[in-house]
Amino acid sequence: MKTNNVILHAVVKLVVFIILTLSVYLFLSGHHKPGGGFIGGLVLASAFVLLFIAFDIEAIRKAIPFDFKRVAALGAFISVGTGFGSLLFGENFLTQAFGYFDLPFFGTTELTTVTIFETGVALVVVGVVVTIILSIVEDV
Amino acid sequence: MNNLLVMPMALPVLAGILLIFFRNHIQVQRWTSFIIMLVNAGIGLYLLQVIQTEGILRLDFGGWEPPFGILFVADSFSILLVITTSIVAAVCLLYAFSSIGESYEKMFFYSFVNFLVAGVNGSFLTGDLFNLYVCFEIMLLASYILIVLGGKKVQLRESIKYIVINVLSSWFFLVAIAYLYGSIGTLNMAHISERIAETGQTPLLTVISMVFLTVFALKSGLLLYFWLPRSYIVPPVAVAALFGGLLTKVGIYAMIRVFTLFFYHEPSITHTIIGVMAAVTLITGSIGAVAYKDIRLIATYNVVIAVGFILVGLAVGTPEAIEGSIYYLIHDMIVKTLLFLLVGTVIALTSTSKLDEMSGLIQNYPVLGWLFFIVVFSLAGVPPLSGFIGKLLVSLGAIEAGSYVLLALALISSIFVLYSVLRILLHCFWGETMISSEDEVPLNKGRLIPCLILTGLTIGLGLGAEYLSPYVENAAYTLLNPEVYIDAVMYKD
Repeated sequence: MKTNNVILHAVVKLVVFIILTLSVYLFLSGHHKPGGGFIGGLVLASAFVLLFIAFDIEAIRKAIPFDFKRVAALGAFISVGTGFGSLLFGENFLTQAFGYFDLPFFGTTELTTVTIFETGVALVVVGVVVTIILSIVEDV
Repeated sequence: MNNLLVMPMALPVLAGILLIFFRNHIQVQRWTSFIIMLVNAGIGLYLLQVIQTEGILRLDFGGWEPPFGILFVADSFSILLVITTSIVAAVCLLYAFSSIGESYEKMFFYSFVNFLVAGVNGSFLTGDLFNLYVCFEIMLLASYILIVLGGKKVQLRESIKYIVINVLSSWFFLVAIAYLYGSIGTLNMAHISERIAETGQTPLLTVISMVFLTVFALKSGLLLYFWLPRSYIVPPVAVAALFGGLLTKVGIYAMIRVFTLFFYHEPSITHTIIGVMAAVTLITGSIGAVAYKDIRLIATYNVVIAVGFILVGLAVGTPEAIEGSIYYLIHDMIVKTLLFLLVGTVIALTSTSKLDEMSGLIQNYPVLGWLFFIVVFSLAGVPPLSGFIGKLLVSLGAIEAGSYVLLALALISSIFVLYSVLRILLHCFWGETMISSEDEVPLNKGRLIPCLILTGLTIGLGLGAEYLSPYVENAAYTLLNPEVYIDAVMYKD
């Protein structure tokens, strides 16, 4: 039986962008307020999962041609890498640094190495969640 | 501050992650993992020397000072175990190269061995109780993967049991940490020790210590080992050897650390219970070791007996006994790995694991036979080999403390160990050969060399006990004088 998914498709196309924006917001707000890499990553992963549910897996695989296991590994590498990065400056392992910079358009902005660490965390979460969901789907 | 301290954990983690990108480059995976283990052993040896001159080292992550931050602490005890772990892991990898098979190697086998070693080393080095839990979890998650890889029916049954038991005991571990944090208000191990010493070990704290005892007894296989023998025989040989050599030892390490650093004020309660548990473990483990005809089960019951024996040393608690436990712990990591590798090799050659179905292997494989002969004597504790000095010191300690029952059980269990492995020697290696020279499966060097290395180590450890003794003495001294550890962590810059 062929079901008509027009409404679902139309809504998902719109909602995915809202979710993606929310995930970026959560990710960035996590530095001082609730949020952060883990939660941002989970929300980001939910956008992908929604796409997989609304459209078929093959089509989305073609549109987003990542091996999500490697995304997770890349994220873990970035996070661990920030730990090793502090060794280059002769600091303790995992030491983080921050500073205020005058950027054009953004004005005075706080830039931190924790954000790099959190990016890694977010990528791990996305990679792992999507891999789990896809493996479960394939089993059925 | 010495960033080398984190390397035994950080390098394997980094290598494990990077190897995921090199999934199909098997040679890269093999040699990266192998070199990382050797580098770790080298770092360990260097740190051991530094500790002798500069005392206990610590590394505050991110510059957060104790008791607020998480830190790694390296004393002689932990570093000795880190060195042994790295060597054992390197040898197991060497064995895996020729035996594990390509399908495993492409399913991230080497990544997870790296993660396992990272978890083990992290557990030995951490100075924070919650971090100890995290390192345990890293180790266990990697071991879950390694035990299910292969997907055979028997693996499914045993791995479910293994995972359920370990998830449950991890939950107990969390509960115990929560109780302790609730009553003491800190997670830094030195700080916990200091606060318990200040307030005294109240009955509440003794009860909490029992929760810890349950957790570590489950993990190390002290008394609560019902899950252990059968789940250690299902993974491939190299993995089983890693498990047999390393995993229970982490539980033993944690138990020794917790009951010498935190809960050492009421030995009449806590250490007596440990002694009783060790005694029962020795008895039931010995019965298990002589009861089965499957040589893999004989080997796994030998793991159980050793756990009992090492913890006899902790229960007795005199300096000699603790030293003996440390010697025996190092000896056991090496010799149990060797036993598992040899047993696995025998099974690979004869494609059976039943004692009755094989005989006369020494005529076909003389080197293997003689290696097994040495292992038998090393396990039994015959003098020039590494088991002797540990057994001697634990026995001396037991005599000094007047624990004659434990002494008798420990020594009788040695006889059972000897009998159980002699049975393998008599049935499998002696007698008429069952393999005609045409049917003989060639024994490749890849399987033999790792066994030779470990045999060399057990002989070296026995003959070189003199060189090792200052380090072991230092380790035992730190364990028995918690203020040394507290000073180094809390009050030294």
